[in-house]
This record gives sequence, C-alpha cells and structure tokens, in this order.
Amino acid sequence: GSAMGQQPASVPQFCNSPTMIVMVGLPARGKTYISKKLTRYLNWIGVPTKGQFLNIKYRKACASAALKDVSAYFTKEHGQVAVFDATNTTRERRAIIISFAKERGYKVFFVESICEDPEIIAENIKQVKFGSPDYVDRDIDEAMEDFIQRIECYRANYMSIDDEKDRKLSYIKIFDVGSRYLVNRVQDHIQSRIVYYLMNIHVTPRSIYLSRHGESELNLSGRIGGDAGLSSRGQKYANALATFMRGQTIKDLKVWTSHMKRTIQTAEALGVQYEQWKALNEIDAGVCEEMTYEEIQENFPEEFALRDQDKYRYRYPKGESYEDLVHRLEPVIMELERQENVLVICHQAVMRCLLAYFLDKPADELPYLRCPLHTVLKLTPVAYGCKVESFFLNIEAVNTHRERPVNVNINRNPEEALHTVPDHI
Amino acid sequence: MLDNEEFLLDNAPRELTQNPLRKIWMPCKNGMPAVHIAQRRVCMTNCPTLIVLVGLPARGKTYISKKLTRYLNWIGVPTKEFNVGQYRRECLKIYKSFEFFRPDNEEGLKIRRQCAMAALNDVRQYLSVEGGQVAVFDATNTTRERRGTIVKFAEQNGFKVFFVESVCEDPDVIAQNIVQVKLGSPDYIHTNTEEAIEDFMKRIKCYESSYQPLDEVLDRDLSYIKIMDVGRRYLVNRVLDHIQSRIVYYLMNIHITPRSIYLCRHGESDLNIKGRIGGDSGLSARGKEFASRLRKFIQDQNIKDLKVWTSQMKRTIQTAECLGVPYEQWKSLNEIDAGVCEEMMYEEIQEHYPLEFALRDQDKYRYRYPKGESYEDLVQRLEPVIMELERQENVLVICHQAVMRCLLAYFLDKTADELPYLKCSLHSVLKLTPMAYGCKVESVCLGVEAVNTHRNRPEVGIAGTKQWPRLFPKPTGSVTLDSFMWMSHKKKKKAENILRISVFIRRN
Repeated sequence: GSAMGQQPASVPQFCNSPTMIVMVGLPARGKTYISKKLTRYLNWIGVPTKGQFLNIKYRKACASAALKDVSAYFTKEHGQVAVFDATNTTRERRAIIISFAKERGYKVFFVESICEDPEIIAENIKQVKFGSPDYVDRDIDEAMEDFIQRIECYRANYMSIDDEKDRKLSYIKIFDVGSRYLVNRVQDHIQSRIVYYLMNIHVTPRSIYLSRHGESELNLSGRIGGDAGLSSRGQKYANALATFMRGQTIKDLKVWTSHMKRTIQTAEALGVQYEQWKALNEIDAGVCEEMTYEEIQENFPEEFALRDQDKYRYRYPKGESYEDLVHRLEPVIMELERQENVLVICHQAVMRCLLAYFLDKPADELPYLRCPLHTVLKLTPVAYGCKVESFFLNIEAVNTHRERPVNVNINRNPEEALHTVPDHI
Repeated sequence: MLDNEEFLLDNAPRELTQNPLRKIWMPCKNGMPAVHIAQRRVCMTNCPTLIVLVGLPARGKTYISKKLTRYLNWIGVPTKEFNVGQYRRECLKIYKSFEFFRPDNEEGLKIRRQCAMAALNDVRQYLSVEGGQVAVFDATNTTRERRGTIVKFAEQNGFKVFFVESVCEDPDVIAQNIVQVKLGSPDYIHTNTEEAIEDFMKRIKCYESSYQPLDEVLDRDLSYIKIMDVGRRYLVNRVLDHIQSRIVYYLMNIHITPRSIYLCRHGESDLNIKGRIGGDSGLSARGKEFASRLRKFIQDQNIKDLKVWTSQMKRTIQTAECLGVPYEQWKSLNEIDAGVCEEMMYEEIQEHYPLEFALRDQDKYRYRYPKGESYEDLVQRLEPVIMELERQENVLVICHQAVMRCLLAYFLDKTADELPYLKCSLHSVLKLTPMAYGCKVESVCLGVEAVNTHRNRPEVGIAGTKQWPRLFPKPTGSVTLDSFMWMSHKKKKKAENILRISVFIRRN
C-alpha cells in the first residue's frame, strides 16, 4: 500500500470527511465577515473551501437548493470545506442541516456570533449593508431604522445554540467580537485550526505595509536568492522608506524582517526596533541559488520548464516550492492577524504569498503577482475585503518579475525559455 | 512620528555583521555589537506572565501545569512551575490526614497561606530577577479572595495573569486521576489504597463548600480559559497576547486518552554507511532489513488505528513503504539542513570548515550551519508536528537523528543543552507512553546491525571549551569566543589557520 492512495501532498491531509461550517446569528453580527475571512484563510493554507452558496436568507425551499449545491461541491468539485453563511437562527433550520450532513457523512461545525453591543451593530450595518442594492438612493438613517426592524423580525424566532440541549454538537460561540469564546466538542484537526484562527482575528482598524528589501547587489546582476547586501539604490530606498513611514504617522508600528542581510539593512534605516523572522526568508532555490535565469536554463533546462508548468507546486532541487512557502508563512499570517499596524520587509516570493492571502488570490495566480522593488503596498481591511494602495518611492530599481513564457514544454529552445527574463547586468 | 523611535544621531547606516554561531545579522559599530534591538523571533511577551491554575483536587491541575511548562520551555519560553503542595510538604514534613485541609482548621489555613506566599515570592524571584518569562502557579486557588490576592500581587510586580480552570464532575475521571497520581504521592506513601482513597475524597470535600468557580459575569475582566470535562468544552475569556493565544491553542489540543507514540529513524542509508551527513539517499541492505523487521514489530504490537508519518526524504519513505500501510509525508520532519556541509563527512567538515566545526561543538543547539539550520530552527519547524501529535492517538513517526532528538526532548523534558546529544540510534524504536505526569520510554532494538552515527559531546579541549587557546597574546588572557566573533576578517582567517594546525598536531 502506498501513501493515502492519492498524490502525496507536501502538507498533511487535514480531514477525511468533508466539513460544513454553519454560521449562526442575527443579521449584522459579522457572519459574512467571518465566513469570507475563514474561506480565504482555508483556501490559502490549501484546504479547498467554498463560501458562496445560494443566497438563502429567507425561505426553506431555497435552503434545500443551497444544500444541494454544497453536496455537489463536495462530490463533484472535490471541495473539503463548505461555509454555509445564513442566519440559521432556528433550531429547526439547524436540524435540517444536521440531518442532511449526517445522511452523507459530512461533519458539521457551527460558528455562532453573539453580540448585543449597539455600537458594534450600528458600525456593522453602516460598513456593509449600505452597499447592498436594497439601499441605493435611500436616506441612511431611514435605511438604518429599516434594517434594525428587519433584525427584530429575526430576533423573535432566534434560538441561540443551547449549551445543554445542543451539547452533542461541535461549535464555537463568539461573544462581543471576540472578547469571549465558548468551544464545544472540537472533532478534528481542521476544526481545531478553525477555532485557533477565529480566536486570533479582530476587527480593530489598522494597516499592514508590505515591502521588499531595497535593491540588492545580486538583484543588479539578475541572480536569484543568496544573502547579498543592498546596492546604493537599495540603500536610497531604505532611507526613502524611513521618510515614507514617518509620514504615515502610525501608532505603535511593528517592523518585521527576515534573517537575510538585505531586509535587515533596509530596516536599519528606519531607526526603530524590528523583529527578525526566519520564516520570512526568501524561497530557497536549492541548487539554483545565486544563479541567473540564463544559467538555470543552461544547467537545468528541464527544471526550468517544469517550473513554468506549475510555478506554485514546483520545488527547486534541494529547495522549496511556493506551496512550501505558504506552509512556513502560516504562523506569520496568524501573528499578522493578531497584530495591528505592521510593516513587513521581505522578499519577492514571500510577499507574493502574503499578498495572495490578503487579496484572496488563487494558487495559480500567486506566483505571478507583481511585487516590484522599491514599492510599498498598504493594505487596509475594509468591509469584507482589503483596500490596497501602492506607493512607488521614486528610486529606480531593476525589474525582477518574470512572466510565464508561452512555451513551457521541456523540449523548448532556450530563446523561448528566456523570452520573459527581465534585463540585468 | 513613530511612537517607539530612537533616532540615530548620524544618518549613516549601521554596519551589519553576522554572528558566526547563529548566522544572525546584527548591527555593529567599530567591530563590536551595537545596542541589541533585533530579536530572533517574535517576542512572546513584553511583561512576564503568571499562569494560575484553578480547580478542586484531582482535576488535572498538576498534569496541566507540568505539560504546559514542558511545552513552553521546549518552544523556547523560559517557564517554571510552582506547586504549592510541594511547599506544604516541605513545611509540614509529615502528612497526617485530610483534617489539615478542613476549612475550620485555623492552624492549617495559616500554614497553607504561608506556603502560597512563599511560592509567590519564588515566582517573583523567577520572573523579575532570574529572567523567567512564564511562571505556572499550581494550587487549587478555588476562592475569589485567593485569586484576588494573586491578581494584586501580579499587578504590583507588572506581571500579566492568565487563569486556567479545570472543571470536572465525572466520577470516573476523578477516580482515574486519584489512582494514577494520588496514591503514589508522598502524602500517601505509608497508607494503604483504600484508606488513601477515602482520605483523599474527604480532602476534596473540604474544598467543595468554598469553591467559587470563575464566573462569566463576576470575572468578566479576567483573562482565563475554563476547561470542562477534560476538554469537551472550553470557555475562553479575554486572551490578551500571543503567548496566551498559544497557551489556549495548546490546552485545546491535548487529551488524556491512553495511547503510544513510536519514534524511530529511517533504516540505515547508503550515506550513513559512508559516514556522510544529510543528503537524500536510499536504504542500504541492512536498512531494508530493518524496515521489514519494523513491519513485523508493528504488526505484533497490535496497535489500534496506527497513523504512520514520514518526512519527505527517500529513506524514511522507503522505510514506511515496507510496512504496507498508508502513511503521511511531512516536509517538517525532514532532517536538519546542514547547508554547505550537506553530504560531507565529519572529517571533511573538520578540514574545510574547522571554525564552523568548533563553533558547533561550542553550542550545538544554537549553532546554524552556513546556509543551513540549527537545532533551534528545527524545534520551531517541528512545533506543528508536536501539536498534531498531541491531537492524535497512536502514531509511528519515522524520521531522522536530529529531528528525533528534538521530538524526544519534548516528550522527556530535556533541556536545550542535552537535546543535541540524546542517543537516537539507527534500527531501534522508542515507544513513548504517557504515564502519570511524564512519559514511559521503552527502547526496542530490532536486532539489525547499523553504523553508529552518534557523536558525543567533545571532551574539554580545543573544540568545546569556553575559552579559546591563546591565539593572540593578550594581556588579559585568552581570547574568548565573544571577542573572537567581532574580530576583523583577516584576524579570523589567521585564527582559523592556527586552529587547523593545532588540530592537525593533536591528531598526529
């Protein structure tokens, strides 16, 4: 017998049976916020997850249609987790879901959001409801009043998960946006990870700044990897970054770097405390470390082609893949969720992985995200997503972005392979 | 203006130099390290944390304390537990009966309060003076009043407080607890089983009437986790920081279901035979023999639902293949990356990188191979493996020497100093079974010869002393490793050559 009867994964299998995550709670309790965030996180760590099923806020008939979609997602699309975002406020509705899941051997995990703080609820409503088509062209106050009425309709029939009657269910109750949690019967690894994630996220406004190190000596000669220092332009960037960050007037900024000289040199220019994370080190190119793309083509043409075929899963000989990178960056993401204002000074491949997490980019887009040198990305969570502002600090640098060439065949000729290599010395 | 700024008086960037042992880049000025502001990893806590256990006797408080302490130390957070019962035993010398714990026993109350204070004093010493980061205060702490005293103590000393309450009314669990750890306690060493149980049950009764569990409303401003029914349910309130978040995650993943963890290395590999480290070679003939004997061993053990894990290196996978059962590959279980020294023999490393070789013997735990890893790095990448091992039941982990040492150190509570020298021979299996507060270890040798890959801690001499030989005549005496580190490149080269020569002389 061999490994698991399927492609050996580079990360362990998280769950055997598919899992349904069922959101519970009155409107404007952050259910959609949580669903979307959780879906994004699970997909990023490699667990195929879907959060968008039929919008079934009102009728029982629609509910069964949505459940059919869930079933199709698991069986036909090989999904592993389905996040069922609806109010699911009655025991009856939840019972339907439970029996549906039981029949098919799906696990169920409930996530209930409970909040009675009127300020938080009002803020929720303003942030996300007033974009909805129902409210276009209406007076905000009137709309708010209208929405609060809608909530009251649900409240009449709302039955929170009962800690006694429902003690056999697996669930987490989140109180007041995370000041308290009740966790019951976590069944497996994926549920444990979900609980850990939910307990680390927060809604306090903040910004995350992502930047690469300043241009390095190896960048100039078109070589990948290594542990070189900054070029003179790179040093200029470091100083420009310091000026820029000061201009942002941020409260309690944390600064993180990798263990590589070029990110640390960049941080040094800021004149503030910074923390070094080995997990933020650039992707390990193994035998290709410090080579130019031309040299890789010459010495390892087959490897070079394989990389172009599947840049996300391709692992350098004695090195890493983007997939490995995501795995080692997960604790960084978890800590970024816990933190508030942070500046992360890292590397191209690393920044692509982090960006893909925040902007919900799939695995095949991730390795081609544009993360040029000398550009700071400011990410600010807003509504259900992330606002991105890009700041090029006006210091010239080489381009290190290599697009996927047209011909990715192992038998291609060198010109086809090197067609998209950016210029260098 | 950034809040935490420290403006440098001049705008010239600080020079960076790489610590030769840990390969960490640090700012330096005039060849000496500048104000140390960079830390190796995310700061777990700003101020020290006091973890306070809460619960009736026989609710697993000491079990949790010891396990948590072991885990935190392993991941690099200096932690110490303070068991008030120990203090009481030292004070009383002889335990007579449960009467000592009666709520109306004035003398008893006085002594117990004194013991708690003495323990808190030691906590203060550990956290404020000795550089500890977490102290685990293991006592019943069942009244709001006692907890109030502790909170005040923590406030006065600038410690954060995190409560861990264990609530359980399942008589089977409590009985199991008493049998496993109380009967063997120093308190009952001269008592027969029946009497001991009866006495202990009365002891629990003494606490019950005054027990005030953490309350959702009254204690809403405290940070705590309430563990109910051995982990079936948790209530978590106001997690303040990273370390508390990690503690909660850990506590939510541990269980007490009986099980065993089997640790072994891959079968002997071709590179093993050649005396070379690292690489990704296949099994030798003897290695294959080991794999087939491992298969028989596992079958004979008759283990329920055994999970098998390997690394992503050929030799562990080949070993697992022989077992004929499904297995999971973990990249995190890969052997330590020896960087530029990969696939070298120790003699070759000695010859080409004598300085590195010496530095490694200096501090094998923190030493990082150039372009490679350290044991310290290994522990960090193995943490998710440990977490999943805690969640699982019966598991066989087929891994590598350095990796196995790290895992073993976690289960057997070995220090960073001992870890890199733990004996993990080829072709033997360690069976770890959690027992009482620790872990029973059974070592099984499967009777297949293999090379020895274990290098003992070198004896005091050139490689391994804190003091370097007199490389440069200095008025104050020998050059220390610290000052060596900050020498100029030219001086280092000279020192290296001298080292090469002296090693050569010693050998011949």
